[in-house]
Amino acid sequence: MNKIKSLSDLKKIREEQNRSIELRSKGEAAEKLVQVKVAMATCGIASGAKETMEFLMDSLEKRGVNAVVTQTGCMGYCYAEPTIEVTMPGKEPVVFGNVNTQKADEIIEKYIKGGALVDGIIPVNYETIQTKE
Amino acid sequence: MSRYSMHILVCGGTGCKSSDSDILVEKLKKELDKQGLGETVQVIMTGCFGFCEKGPIVKVMPDNTFYTQVKPSDAEEIVEEHIVKGRKIDHLLYTDPETSKHITDSNRMGFYKKQMRIALRNCGFIDPERIDEYIARDGYMALGKVLSEQTPEETIALMKSSGLRGRGGAGFPVGLKWEFARNNVSDKKYVVCNADEGDPGAFMDRSILEGDPHSVLEAMAIIGYCIGADEGYIYIRAEYPLAIARLKTALNQAREYGLLGKDIMGSGFNFDIGLKYGAGAFVCGEETALIHSMEGERGEPTLKPPFPAESGYLGKPTNVNNVETLANVAPILLKGAEWFSSIGTEKSKGTKVFALAGQINNVGLIEVPMGTTLREVIFEIGGGIKDGKKFKAVQTGGPSGGCLTEKHLDTPIDYENLVENGSMMGSGGMIVMDEDDCMVSIAKYYLDFTVEESCGKCAPCRIGNKRLHELLERICEGKGETADLDRLRNLGEVIKDTSLCGLGQSSPNPVLSTLDNFYDEYTSHVHDKKCAAGVCKDLMEYFILEEHCVGCTACARACPVGAISGERKELHVVNPDTCIKCGACLEKCKFDAVILK
Amino acid sequence: MDHIKLLIDGKTVEVPKGTTVYKAAKEVGIDIPVLCYMDLHDLNIENKPGGCRICSVEIEGRRNLAPSCSTNVSEGMVVKTNSMRVINARRTVMELILSDHPKECLTCAKSGNCDLQDMAIKLGIRDIPGQEYAEMSTYRLDTSPSIIREMDKCIMCRRCETMCNDFQTVGALNAVNRGFNAVVAPAFEMNLEHSPCTYCGQCVAVCPTGALTEVDHTANVIQALSDPNKTVVVQTAPAVRAALGEEFGMEPGTRVTGKMVSALKNLGFDYVFDTDFAADLTIMEEGTELLDRLSRHLDGDKDVQLPILTSCCPGWVNFFEYHFPEMKDIPSTARSPQQMFGSIAKTYFAEKIGVKREEMVVVSIMPCLAKKYECQRDEFSVDGNPDVDFSISTRELAHLIKQANLDLSTMTDSEFDSPLGESSGAAVIFGATGGVIEAATRTAYELQTGKTLESVDFKQLRGLEGIRSATVDFDGLEIKIGIAHGLGNARKLLEEIKAGRSEFHAIEIMACPGGCIGGGGQPLHHGNSDILKARTRAIYEEDEAKTLRKSHENPYIIKLYEEFLDQPMSEKAHKLLHTHYFERKRKVFEV
Repeated sequence: MNKIKSLSDLKKIREEQNRSIELRSKGEAAEKLVQVKVAMATCGIASGAKETMEFLMDSLEKRGVNAVVTQTGCMGYCYAEPTIEVTMPGKEPVVFGNVNTQKADEIIEKYIKGGALVDGIIPVNYETIQTKE
Repeated sequence: MSRYSMHILVCGGTGCKSSDSDILVEKLKKELDKQGLGETVQVIMTGCFGFCEKGPIVKVMPDNTFYTQVKPSDAEEIVEEHIVKGRKIDHLLYTDPETSKHITDSNRMGFYKKQMRIALRNCGFIDPERIDEYIARDGYMALGKVLSEQTPEETIALMKSSGLRGRGGAGFPVGLKWEFARNNVSDKKYVVCNADEGDPGAFMDRSILEGDPHSVLEAMAIIGYCIGADEGYIYIRAEYPLAIARLKTALNQAREYGLLGKDIMGSGFNFDIGLKYGAGAFVCGEETALIHSMEGERGEPTLKPPFPAESGYLGKPTNVNNVETLANVAPILLKGAEWFSSIGTEKSKGTKVFALAGQINNVGLIEVPMGTTLREVIFEIGGGIKDGKKFKAVQTGGPSGGCLTEKHLDTPIDYENLVENGSMMGSGGMIVMDEDDCMVSIAKYYLDFTVEESCGKCAPCRIGNKRLHELLERICEGKGETADLDRLRNLGEVIKDTSLCGLGQSSPNPVLSTLDNFYDEYTSHVHDKKCAAGVCKDLMEYFILEEHCVGCTACARACPVGAISGERKELHVVNPDTCIKCGACLEKCKFDAVILK
Repeated sequence: MDHIKLLIDGKTVEVPKGTTVYKAAKEVGIDIPVLCYMDLHDLNIENKPGGCRICSVEIEGRRNLAPSCSTNVSEGMVVKTNSMRVINARRTVMELILSDHPKECLTCAKSGNCDLQDMAIKLGIRDIPGQEYAEMSTYRLDTSPSIIREMDKCIMCRRCETMCNDFQTVGALNAVNRGFNAVVAPAFEMNLEHSPCTYCGQCVAVCPTGALTEVDHTANVIQALSDPNKTVVVQTAPAVRAALGEEFGMEPGTRVTGKMVSALKNLGFDYVFDTDFAADLTIMEEGTELLDRLSRHLDGDKDVQLPILTSCCPGWVNFFEYHFPEMKDIPSTARSPQQMFGSIAKTYFAEKIGVKREEMVVVSIMPCLAKKYECQRDEFSVDGNPDVDFSISTRELAHLIKQANLDLSTMTDSEFDSPLGESSGAAVIFGATGGVIEAATRTAYELQTGKTLESVDFKQLRGLEGIRSATVDFDGLEIKIGIAHGLGNARKLLEEIKAGRSEFHAIEIMACPGGCIGGGGQPLHHGNSDILKARTRAIYEEDEAKTLRKSHENPYIIKLYEEFLDQPMSEKAHKLLHTHYFERKRKVFEV
């Protein structure tokens, strides 16, 4: 461990370490953030969900979108993997299918940043626990 | 650094740990590895979440899923169902007692809705054994800022205007205390953290030390800078092994980073902290007694003045603050005095941590803004009274606080209001009683504690509390006389008036406040020899109900002293003079004919 | 100095800053009752734990009552010492204290001399509500050779602790346990006998109740006196005559030597002798030892131990045996006067009057409780027969006299018997701090220089300062003398010696404040240090009234050496008048 020799040293460590807890901080305020869930079950991973997820994490951060990206289990749309669910603050979640990195890029630019819908939306046909409430 | 897409937070407070949360952590990690998710899902052992009633607590982030009463055997299901398949596990979710529905998002739980966490900001959020997580949450920024940008005087002025008052009991203004210590000129000064938490049921200090130890260390260093001290001590009771272990880890990490030690952050300021262990005497929470104990002397208080700020540890100016107070320091310095003083009431600023206990649904640790009413705390956050029973009283301020009743429920909680109503803030214990509690017994219970914990130095506390206890015992046994009620009051008032330290000055509070608020319970014990709550065994009689008794003779055969008479198939009768109140008859009766009244 | 004006019970008082409310009230004739408080101001001993709360007063603007003994005055303070609130609180607290105190006053050793009893009388307590069902704290009775601890009677005033820890630095007594079970006791509540206790008796001297008392040997003395087959010899220590009168209502400082001798004769002692005789003998031995060590030192002998320390005080001997065993070669080997007397009485004198050792009983009247232990030490007996059979305190003597229906105040004076009753003024001053070393100086000077002293009064050696030093000019040779009274002060000098920083040739040490006149067996001073000063004055008056002022001029001492001992430090003197010291084992867990 290197010694912290000044306030700016401390700030540097804070910035570095912020990533380690960012997910939690965002989770606490998730309702005010863009929430992206990537289905990461076996089928999703086999179809490239890991790359999609990494791309989403990096791109959203680079493009200055305050979003929380997390994984979830199988959404049941095995025919359309990788699938992601995007929830804009105050809006209903929208599920997109066949999201490769190219599609992901489009979703970020058009839907998340622009608010316009893009192709590939899968209509919701299931109940989540949340909606049961 | 690997990038985790999910965090599983597991409570590592003493309560949850004793329910095997540490084993749970291991099992979760194993299950994740099994699924190949060891690199994407991180398991973190945090400090206390406060919701101890339902521990061990597991929180999955970022979706804020709040699982309660999780056993190590649940690890597999959490990983397979929630993490892999994304399905929340119903039976582990918290059930709203009002709607009987599962709540998935902890932000929507009544327990957390009205809370505001300043002192507990990092508890249940960060890994207390990783200084980096503390730093990520602006940890040591306040120290850095103060050392590089502010003079001690400016810092003290800021603390003064924030209105922060000591959270240990008396509520003395913190900035003023620092100023006294600063103004006393000496070659050596000390900063002491009072971690001798002794109120039964209160554990906020332990939780902070276990869940966020660095917040205390940072604040102590700031005080060191403000008053001109280079040495600090944490006086902690030896019964807090986990808190001690976390503190030791934290101290080592802070030293490695150079956040404690020589020339902190290049400022030229030196400060280090040591630990001193207490043997668990309640009176050592009193600062002069604490200092004597630190010095290796008998832990008993001495008269103030001289205050520790003039002559404290080893005769040197010493600033003593308790753990919760210290946990408030860094946020105030970072967010400003105005921010802090905008929270709370006119004379009591900020938030206060309370330990909820007794006949309340959500037993646990909460933090609310000053000025929150007792009703909000008990019924909204605390989830109301257990088993739908009727609220009777709430005892605040630890063993020497008073009992407040229905009529006080809408009183905004602050230092002044509690004292005005015959109780006190104390360290923030809150024990709720329902209709089944006998207030005379409750007063006796608290005196049990003070009789035991008095240091024995001054006569009123040493002998007076014993006599008060004896009087209450007699009343509960049905031997009380009318004159005893006046004696109770006089004795209580004289003990308050003449005792040497805060312990004795407040120990009669439970008696005096119950005399004030529940006088009729005392008179019914004394005059009618009745205990309406059915707690005082000596005042109860076993009785057989005519309409239920079938004359089976089971009770008469069970009675060890032959106190029950009656012919077969006819009503049986208990002779109260012979009865020893063992309860065997009640146990044996299959027809609910035997009652205690 | 800053002065502060305040109002007490409507009276304006102006006192220096830092004065307590209690003392300020005294200035205007308001006597606030105090119980645990004790102030021996000339000796720097103060006990004000603020524990009994009897002295509570009302201060305007203050939430609760304040202990006046330990609350300092402040400008404009308005104090009430007799409001209803105060009186009720004081009475209630007193009732509480009494509710946990045995009501055995009739048979208590302290009855009539008890601060608690006096307070009960002052406050007019007639009834203790709830006494019939009040639990009392009970403790094991602890008996040691000198002191009895009956802690049922302890009221936790902590005076004994202040004496034992702060003043004496012995550390035998401390508060133990909590709450209702709190009591002052040796560590682990072991017996006093196994603790570091030196039996100095200062705890007994300040105890306000019957919790700490001396082991009473008066019955043994009466039995010896009524045994026709015993020859009973009594010796009286110098400090006794300066204090005994107090027990009979006389002014402190009244010298009652002659009356005391009459009383002892009346009591039926066969020979009434004086410990002062043995004090002169002590000077011969100790003075010679000093000069011997000094001349060897001046001759360049590196092995010689200097400074030489006096060894008359048994509390002090117990202290260094326990706390400084590594230095047990430094004190003089001379026995204390009590033991020298016993040794000579049962040899020289017994032979002279033709009485066998077993038929003689030697009783000593001492201002001291440690003497009871000292006379029981194995090295001071021959075939199980002790040199001194019983040591009784000044207080016990007063009881004996009262039991014999004698009134000391109206008695006529008598003379001590011969030959062990003759003494010099140098012996008398053994009773006050600095006296032994002054007596030794008077003799050593003349022996060393061969010259006659012009003035025998070494005033620079007198006083009540805890540690004093003086340089005496032995005709060109500068002798540096140190004096300490109180074992805490002694400890400081010992630490200096240990560190090799001591520049003294000789040091006198007395365990008790003021020396023997403040001994643990003296009439109780009840915290009034003026009494100690009056006794000291009486001691020096007695010295001045003597024609003989130097020990070596005592004709009976000269005769003793001629007839029996040969010369100081002779082989016979060594056997009868000297001793050696032991390390006292710490038997911590042998309770």
